[in-house]
Amino acid sequence: MKRIERLALLKVEKRPVPSGHVILSVSILAILAALVVVAIFFASYGTSPFRAYGAIIKGAFGSWQGFSETLRRMIPLLLCGVGLTVAFRALFWNIGADGQLLFGAIAATWVALFSGLHGPVVIPMMFLAGFAAGALWGVIPAVLKVKMRINDVITTLMMNYIAMYIVLYLIHGPWKGPSVRGYPLTDIFSPAAQLPTIGNTHVHWPTLLLGLFLALAAYIMLNRSKSGFEIQVVGENPHAARFAGISELKTTVTAMLTSGGLAGLAGVGEVAGVHLRLFDPNQISMGYGYTAIIVAWLARKNPLAVIVTSFFFGVLMAGGDVIKVNLGLPFQLINMFNGVIMFFLIGSEIFMRYRITLRRK
Amino acid sequence: MAPDELVKDSRIQNDAVATGTAGNPEYAVQLKGIVKRFPGVLANDGIDLDIKRGEIHCLLGENGAGKTTLMRILYGLYSQDEGKIFLNGTPVNISSPREALAQHIGMVHQHFRLVPTLSVEENIILGLDEGTGPFLNLRRVRAKIRKIAKTYGLSVDPGAKVWQLSVGQRQRVEIIKALYREADILIMDEPTSVLTPQEVDQLFTTLRTLVTDGLTIILITHKLDEVMRVSDRVTVLRKGKVVNTLETSRVDKPSLARSMVGRDVVFRLEKSPIERGEEILEVEELGAEDDRGLPAISEVTFDVYGGEILGVAGVSGNGQRELEESLTGLRRATSGKICLNKKDITNLSARAIADAGVAHVPAQRISMGIVPNMSIRENLILKQYRHPPFAKGLRIDYKAAGRHAQSAVQDYQIAAPSVDTRAKLLSGGNIQRLILARELSGSPYLIVAAHPTYGLDVGATEQIRQVLLNQRESGAGILLISEDLGEIMTLSDRIMVMFAGEVMGIIPSEDARLGEIGLMMAGTRHEKD
Repeated sequence: MKRIERLALLKVEKRPVPSGHVILSVSILAILAALVVVAIFFASYGTSPFRAYGAIIKGAFGSWQGFSETLRRMIPLLLCGVGLTVAFRALFWNIGADGQLLFGAIAATWVALFSGLHGPVVIPMMFLAGFAAGALWGVIPAVLKVKMRINDVITTLMMNYIAMYIVLYLIHGPWKGPSVRGYPLTDIFSPAAQLPTIGNTHVHWPTLLLGLFLALAAYIMLNRSKSGFEIQVVGENPHAARFAGISELKTTVTAMLTSGGLAGLAGVGEVAGVHLRLFDPNQISMGYGYTAIIVAWLARKNPLAVIVTSFFFGVLMAGGDVIKVNLGLPFQLINMFNGVIMFFLIGSEIFMRYRITLRRK
Repeated sequence: MAPDELVKDSRIQNDAVATGTAGNPEYAVQLKGIVKRFPGVLANDGIDLDIKRGEIHCLLGENGAGKTTLMRILYGLYSQDEGKIFLNGTPVNISSPREALAQHIGMVHQHFRLVPTLSVEENIILGLDEGTGPFLNLRRVRAKIRKIAKTYGLSVDPGAKVWQLSVGQRQRVEIIKALYREADILIMDEPTSVLTPQEVDQLFTTLRTLVTDGLTIILITHKLDEVMRVSDRVTVLRKGKVVNTLETSRVDKPSLARSMVGRDVVFRLEKSPIERGEEILEVEELGAEDDRGLPAISEVTFDVYGGEILGVAGVSGNGQRELEESLTGLRRATSGKICLNKKDITNLSARAIADAGVAHVPAQRISMGIVPNMSIRENLILKQYRHPPFAKGLRIDYKAAGRHAQSAVQDYQIAAPSVDTRAKLLSGGNIQRLILARELSGSPYLIVAAHPTYGLDVGATEQIRQVLLNQRESGAGILLISEDLGEIMTLSDRIMVMFAGEVMGIIPSEDARLGEIGLMMAGTRHEKD
């Protein structure tokens, strides 16, 4: 009897449909909880958590240089994150944005260095090729899933490594630049293949504008278009989709063309706007494709909300550099932050589906 | 004690009872003023309910009347917003099933809560601490299960895995599970909806034995026959309120139906004699396989005319599902031919068949007929979203969809707070109304309706049957697959009986006798004279 009473202090009840402010407050609480947990780790390194978070905020907002780093990180997260909301709505677990991003980077590099194109067409062609390459890399697991019931999480994840090794092969082999003295790098892009940036920063604004525009476009597509309707039906109830004559293959392929394509665009931005060449895949992507999963999840699969969440993770990534440099803490603390926040986000879903209250006396 | 003091004293007591501050120990369960709100829905609106010890008490009401919600409150799955619960006169606070069990309340849910891969005995002791330290004492468990099973005629093998058991056997496991936990108040939620007639008989015998032994049983149902057959008293709920509580021996079916639905119920539908029209569907020697790739139907040949209802009778699992799905493009026909209005539609896609004018009311209404997480507005355009007025170029005109939904909600009397309510929040009857509203909106030539009133309450059943009859009158051909023989006999013009995937015969319904159909359902071919 004692045990029963202790257990019953919490009352768990199903919530039929969580309201907007429940979702928002649960998400914010999840982030706060993650901040508290990471604070413990800061403290364990002997750094006051307040000082650490202060440094992150100051680093990300304190100067134009710092803020520009935030924006630079935000761009790939925004593009990948928006794409992932589309895939997730179709209940396709695209863990492969990182590989799709790399494929976009490869295609853009090919256009920039080997296509023989010149002048103002180069940049648009790089974006087109990057989109196509990312989309192709994304569509393969979509077809495998629908046609052969192969698990999408595993294929998309594994294809990240394939993409990574293709990049490594290219920079160590056929695409190694003649002018780089044996380093595994391609040559630097010609000015026609370089994106304009704001002032002296790495903020390649055309990609940023493209990302903002595509967030809006994806929102309209998901909520107002026929394809969006189909994606929603397939994601929510594949049996009903079959019953209504909606093709699972066509719908999943559409979702993954979009998702992979947008990640490909992010890859174009990284090589054409920041690095200006293809080199170490881990530095081109920096895990953007993985962090974007959390970005899309935190945005609750809403592409417009991705603008906010990608900015937030931009702050964290830029702040990660700052705590490494200024406080001598390992950058991995920020990666850990990603893990902790994902943990709390998934854990917090129970609070959206159930109302949990203290027992009335 | 002076007489006026006595009066005063009893008044005080009455006041106490009336204001819900004290319970009456005469009753096993008393619920007082129970209120439960869900967003947009008042599920229980001040419910008072007294359950006597040792009775079978039916809670009768349509889907969405609040029966299950009320019992989930008693079982601790929900907590009430207002009101009090008394057990044997003592106020109690039940906030979890574990506490309900500690108060000796057990519940058998409509959808069983068993782990298929575990054995019967493992399921029964799940969550209990049986044995010493980390070790189970299965011998003692088994003995106790055997004793319960023997006492109440609940035969089941304790060592069998649950996935091997029939639905009726699984229900017995659920009952034993509650008795094993020493429940003396047993709540049963729609226990007969999954049982064959024989299993229902057996269940009711068990329930009778249980109350003779002193248990109290609360039975949730929407079937009038069951109330009349098994209960001692009945409480009718409607729209979250108690209509009345009556002794079963003093009521009859029509008056119960009236208080449950709130108006008179037609038990016999008016089916006008009409000329049948052109041949709409022609099926020739159709064959199809089941999900495991084994032949499920073979050489099925029949036709359906406009203005006609062809009833398909048969015990479930005799090829009805495969027939339904191959006609609507959800399953590949392995042989034979299907023609709609003389055009071959064999193995066309589900979309092409729907576009050709075939409406489909699927047997699996929740898992296939709707998208639970999407709104009524969106569910109503599930098939028509590609066509005007809903499609405008690449865009969907949700305003037009909203107007369409408004009128569908009115025409089909779908009870919902708004057209943006998610379909999963609707009751079974309203989900079926939604599906009919969608499927019939394009004036189809052929309607394939599978178990259209299965598990629905009286009001919804009546309405849905009437809708089908109206479609018949306006010239549609209807293929009605149902396990409810009464329904088949009332609605059909001709009756086709299926057994083991084959047609045993097709007979005009005016010549049909129940006995003959029963024989055909068991595999006897109808001899043509």
